[in-house]
Amino acid sequence: MIKINKRIVSEHGISEEEFKLIKEILEREPNLLELGIFSVMWSEHCSYKSTKKWLKTLPTSGKKVICGPGENAGIIDIGDNEAVVFKMESHNHPSFIEPYQGAATGVGGIMRDVFTMGARPIANLNSLRFGSPKHPKTKQLLSGVVKGIGDYGNCVGIPTVGGECNFHESYNNNILVNAMCIGLVKKNKIFYSIAKGSGNPIIYVGAKTGRDGIHGATMASAEFDDHSEDSRPQVQVGDPFMEKLLLESCQELMKEDAIIAIQDMGAAGLTSSSFEMASKGSCGVKLFLDKVPCREDKMTPYEMMLSETQERMLMVIKPSKKKSTLRIFKKWGLEAAEIGVITETGNMEIFFKNSLVGKLPIKPLADSSPEYDRPSEKPFIKFKKENHKNFSIKSALIKIISSPNHSSKKWIYHQYDRSVMCDTYFSSEQSDSAVIRVHNSTKAIAVTCDCNPIYCNSDPKLGAEIGVAESWRNLIASGADPIAITDNLNFGNPEKKEIMYQIKEAIKGIKTACEALNYPVVSGNVSLYNETKNKSIFPTPVIGGVGVIKNISRSKGLRMNEGDKIFIVGNSHGHLELSEFNRICNKNYGSPPPLDLKEEIKNGTFVRNFIKKHNSIVTGCHDISEGGIILALAELAIRNKKGLNVKIPSNIKNSKNWLFGEDQSRYLLIVNNEDTIKKVAKKENIKLQKIATVSGDKFCIIKKFEISVKKLIKYNSIWFENFIEK
Amino acid sequence: MPKKVVSIVVFPGSNCDRDLDIAVQKYMNVNTELVWHDDPNIKNQEMIFIPGGFSFGDYLRSGALATKSPAMKEVIRLSKKGVPIIGICNGFQILTECKLLDGALIDNYKRLFICKENFVKIENKNTLFTKNIHKNVVQFPIAHAQGRFYTSEDNLKRLEDNNQIVFKYSSRDGKIKKSENPNGSMNNIAGIINKNKNILGLMPHPERAVNFSEDNDGISFFIGLQNFL
Repeated sequence: MIKINKRIVSEHGISEEEFKLIKEILEREPNLLELGIFSVMWSEHCSYKSTKKWLKTLPTSGKKVICGPGENAGIIDIGDNEAVVFKMESHNHPSFIEPYQGAATGVGGIMRDVFTMGARPIANLNSLRFGSPKHPKTKQLLSGVVKGIGDYGNCVGIPTVGGECNFHESYNNNILVNAMCIGLVKKNKIFYSIAKGSGNPIIYVGAKTGRDGIHGATMASAEFDDHSEDSRPQVQVGDPFMEKLLLESCQELMKEDAIIAIQDMGAAGLTSSSFEMASKGSCGVKLFLDKVPCREDKMTPYEMMLSETQERMLMVIKPSKKKSTLRIFKKWGLEAAEIGVITETGNMEIFFKNSLVGKLPIKPLADSSPEYDRPSEKPFIKFKKENHKNFSIKSALIKIISSPNHSSKKWIYHQYDRSVMCDTYFSSEQSDSAVIRVHNSTKAIAVTCDCNPIYCNSDPKLGAEIGVAESWRNLIASGADPIAITDNLNFGNPEKKEIMYQIKEAIKGIKTACEALNYPVVSGNVSLYNETKNKSIFPTPVIGGVGVIKNISRSKGLRMNEGDKIFIVGNSHGHLELSEFNRICNKNYGSPPPLDLKEEIKNGTFVRNFIKKHNSIVTGCHDISEGGIILALAELAIRNKKGLNVKIPSNIKNSKNWLFGEDQSRYLLIVNNEDTIKKVAKKENIKLQKIATVSGDKFCIIKKFEISVKKLIKYNSIWFENFIEK
Repeated sequence: MPKKVVSIVVFPGSNCDRDLDIAVQKYMNVNTELVWHDDPNIKNQEMIFIPGGFSFGDYLRSGALATKSPAMKEVIRLSKKGVPIIGICNGFQILTECKLLDGALIDNYKRLFICKENFVKIENKNTLFTKNIHKNVVQFPIAHAQGRFYTSEDNLKRLEDNNQIVFKYSSRDGKIKKSENPNGSMNNIAGIINKNKNILGLMPHPERAVNFSEDNDGISFFIGLQNFL
């Protein structure tokens, strides 16, 4: 037996305080297996110990919320006995170490979270952040991550319909890979992870357990250093074919009345899945590790309990259905085994070779994991002094549309199967949110992910509020009623006061905006310690918004027709601080644009109702965000290969501010009839301005400049190919 | 009169079977039977479809493992009797792996998966598969990593001479240009038939072009297949 000493305890990422608590819970010293189990269960990744206190403050309920945070994923009601299951999750650390497998297994994990609940995944999205394109690793990371996401989702046959991809030097050594999945389930066919019924068998199904990913959850809870790439063996390997078999076999089994509880083996593998199921059902578990299907010889209980081999599920089933369960898995060629039984003891008892090798009380371990109120302090942000540059309107526009962050992402999305399953109405390059039809119906789901880390770095609360508001706006622009969000909070080391400040403020921002917009948080994930050698990423709370469109023929994309008029809804104040424009001018300081949530609601409600009531008048809709009015217009011209005549209103003194300002709560509405919209806006006291006419093949800002749309398209489409093929 | 029944062979890892099933039922006006890969009997022999996806994960060459399954052995036998067979995407790959169709489908030119809408010119309208498609150029999505058609120069010539090349990637107006070739296929080839003209393989997905609009080109493709019934 290995004697537990201080070194072993600290190697498990357990503090002295925590070790004391462990001894109190057990009323003795843990053995190595037990210590390993505590270390993963109490890791930041599984226990949310630094953020729990603050996450509890978020609004998580609402009329349409069926299941909030705490389960595998959140669930909302979309009517007609149907529900949407969704969640976003990070795979940042593994993706930096091994981009292809890290990203692929991220997609696999989030899809399992969704189909574990009985849903069939209908779409994947992802939010990606890479370092500066000049950083030597960026190209390889970008290629690997995109290929990993594509290969996994393509093989399983779930369309990857959207997301975002940005570059910034703060991610040079800590890229972010956040994967989101949404699925569809009948309301009366939802499966949960609450284990019940003493004597019920526990079935293991899926890939055989190997030594991969042992302590992955602990790795995801530590900072990187020079040796981080030595952690490669901790990165799991994905097998999308196995995932496909698991998906189909679980769907088949779920039609039978067999499953009592089901949970995928994600981070911390067999440990967290068995503990969480038992803890939720307040029961005990006996595990017989000799029965666990193993890929490698002589695996120890420690390795089996901590392995993060992918594509595995654990379920509690009705004893009478054991035979039919195993038959279904056999049909799909899957390894399944009865590895344990539910008990009444409230303890986890782990047997190996006929002896009890570990015994842990489940409730205290799962529920009384540490909860920290870590100290926080507002950081002082130092701005680099740089020489300012000057741009004309035209050269600034060209610079922005040909920049890595605003170039066409065709190189990425062409690698994603967006059309499989035949329900993708808009993928996210065609509309502000992706729009997926609810199969066999006229309903659709709209979905988007958003975050502006530049704003969040300067003001994490306001930045997070804007993220929530932007996702809300994107859903409305697509013609949807926004329902709820999932969030993926990516930050640095919470043990640092200034990082803890960012975390608390960002959560406050999400709370404020979600409460105001009646837009609850139903699931989420926190990824901390995104730091390398003491340098943290920008705070990046990514918001995944989901909305419903009652009639898919009323969804709106970035469409316009010759002769259409374009109106701005909302006030333009010309806020340039932290805008794309200021950033290309090397002015990287200041505050994000202010956000008035009352105005957000007012403008959003107007657009939403106008689209609904006057569907035939509205050709398209687009929100105004980064890059301001001019970028939103240029995107429309590029997308439609059509020209625009843009007239700057005569009362505008500073046209750069007006064109590039990033004021919030604004939309572009493209309509084929001016009178109606003017009338309705006037009646509802909405600020409305006509600014452009769709015409010809030139993008023209009257009295300023013009450029052919062909040229715009060229500028917009070259960066990725050049970067990758260089 | 009861509807006729066509067969769709399903492998572990097929992922276009549902989409194909829906399109076939709706536009061919038939019922379908999904045949699991380990079934050596294919009862309904009006027409057999091999759908897209990643059969057995396609960790080996695409389609290679699927050729060993009992259902495919039966497909090979029935093909010799003239039963009409259509392989789409992975189905096309499987048919070339079985040698029911000439050539091979290798890694795309850029070695990346590619999913986009592509125009496809119907090169030979004188087949039962294509003669009722009223347009000369259709728009179908493609989605594959290994779709680059390759064969020997001799074979290529023979395919051309026998009019076995049915679909080619083209521009909207039907021009066969290198710039319209998404994957580096020889001569822009997107789909071929066998010499006996009862087996069609194509990389583009007509079953994904039947939704959201009445004039989507997949619809006339499937309606046209009623020729065989």
